Amino acid sequence: MVVKKTIGDWIFDSLNYLLLAFIAFLCVVPIIHVCFASISEPALVDKASSFILLPLGKPSLNAYKIIMRYKNIWIGYRNTIFYVIMQCLITSVLSVIAGYITSRKRFRYRNALMMFLAFTMLFNGGMIPTYMVVNRLGLLNTRAALLIPQAMGVFYIIIMRTAIQAIPDSLEESARMDGAGELTIMFNIILPLCKATFAVIILFIAVGKWNEWFSALLYLPTARDKYPLQMFMREILISAQNSTNSVTANAGDLMDNAQMYKTLVKYGSIVVSTLPILMIYPFCQKYFVSGVMVGSVKG
Amino acid sequence: MEQVMGKEKLIYSERGQNRKKEKNAIPSTGYVEHAGFAGFVHNLKTDITRNKVIYIMCIPIVVWYIIFHYIPMAGIMMAFQKYTPALGITGSPWVGLDNFTRFFTGPYFFRLLRNTAMIGVLDVVFGFPAPIIFALLLNEVRTKFFKKTIQTVSYMPYFISMVVVCGLIVDFTQSGGLISNVIAKLTHTSVQNLLADPANYWAIHIASNIWQGMGYGSIIYIAALSGVDQQLYEAAVLDGASRWQRCIHITIPSILPTIMIMLILRMGSLLQVGADKILLLYTPATYETADVISTYIYRCGLQQYDYGFSTAVGLFNSIIGTTFLLVTNAISKKYTESSLF
Repeated sequence: MVVKKTIGDWIFDSLNYLLLAFIAFLCVVPIIHVCFASISEPALVDKASSFILLPLGKPSLNAYKIIMRYKNIWIGYRNTIFYVIMQCLITSVLSVIAGYITSRKRFRYRNALMMFLAFTMLFNGGMIPTYMVVNRLGLLNTRAALLIPQAMGVFYIIIMRTAIQAIPDSLEESARMDGAGELTIMFNIILPLCKATFAVIILFIAVGKWNEWFSALLYLPTARDKYPLQMFMREILISAQNSTNSVTANAGDLMDNAQMYKTLVKYGSIVVSTLPILMIYPFCQKYFVSGVMVGSVKG
Repeated sequence: MEQVMGKEKLIYSERGQNRKKEKNAIPSTGYVEHAGFAGFVHNLKTDITRNKVIYIMCIPIVVWYIIFHYIPMAGIMMAFQKYTPALGITGSPWVGLDNFTRFFTGPYFFRLLRNTAMIGVLDVVFGFPAPIIFALLLNEVRTKFFKKTIQTVSYMPYFISMVVVCGLIVDFTQSGGLISNVIAKLTHTSVQNLLADPANYWAIHIASNIWQGMGYGSIIYIAALSGVDQQLYEAAVLDGASRWQRCIHITIPSILPTIMIMLILRMGSLLQVGADKILLLYTPATYETADVISTYIYRCGLQQYDYGFSTAVGLFNSIIGTTFLLVTNAISKKYTESSLF
């Protein structure tokens, strides 16, 4: 469509481009600031009165050297990776199974089962009764407490079910004729056909798990060795000033002015904890986009 | 879709034939209709023999849902007890509605209700239109590369964890922080710690929500916008419609169904203000505006171990939430024909 641009169009377009560029700038500027501040000279960062868009002074990795010494970040890293992998395995498999059985037409009570599952979206017991159940099961302060109570979500099941429903029944029937069992049909016939949806679910689970901290606060009250990364991040960034002191205190022998690096250590740990996801998400974008679509179509 | 419908019908007619053949007697195989509880048991048995593996696969799912969703629902009984873990639900004394009266007459009831409602409402009022406006602006961009870049960049905040976002907020709004400095310059006042002043909490909470969710929230609208029939625009241009008119009369009506569905979804959870962000940002100094029902539940239940009371508050919260969802859904069903269920 070729339309002659009027002066008004020119003005609108340029303003629009500027505005959008400004919005995009606002979206990234905190992260740019954090990245560059973490390699700047600490004294200059503390004095800076605007966002840092280029490293101030002589760039150095001193803050990262201090972070490398701080054991908790790496314990958190290891735990988070474990939680992400396990949760992806558990939740994705269970979602496929639930999506598969609630979409089988020969399963007479499929809709009743779906109602049973979906009712939990409408009404739930709430924080305290769920906590009591987790407590009674003896899961408190175990790694399982971060995995099992989140093992399933109706949202994932609905996404999976919608995708599976779109596959023609004749495929299942012909596989059955050839003597395929239920599990073969599910994993070898159905699952390969909704690979994209499966990938979406795994991505949602992984990102959610990487960023999760609240269930650790609830279910790991004293097990610091099992904390995910975000709980240590909370200590460094929010809880109290003295937690950054404990980070820098570790580095006393490394450099004599370690205390100066408090702000930089904060920023550096943000970079360390956030970078993996920020590196990955642009490449998974299209999956997220399709996931949002499927999810909202079904509500 | 049609194929599927046909198939369903076929199955039903088979069942119908069965019924006719065997009259009211429960057959040894096949399903029966309308035969009461005995018929249900029979049907279940038949279904289990036919789909044995499906039922086996059901077991872990149903068991998990019972344990982690339905037992907690039963645990709501604690709300009517003076619950002590040592005595358990069966042994704790019943106190009727005492917990509720304590909450309703307590000093914090109105504060909690006001904060929850205000944060929820403000979040919808400002947070809901933001992604739509962003998507509409982006839709006017014709340079593909620019559009893609802006889109990708705008999703970024969504992938940053809540803890880090709140850490940044704390850092930028402390006295001498970057945002504090900007505000100080704009208002020509000396700004201390912004987050420590209860008057600022709502603004900080909503603004950071928009910052984090706008790009990601626009995905669905951008997808809807790409589905708008381009011929409509061509016809409108021939008729001499200006850009603004095209936006008002073509673009917005085309994505209105999507907007409505998203609005219902959003309204349904209006009063479910999550605890996680507020727990990271508030301090006793800002409880006045920042303390909401969910954070209060957390404090009473898990820090003061007042289980019965906090369960009661939680029940109040979920009843309000569920009612709100059902009412919104009913209203939208009546007036817009789009509903969730």
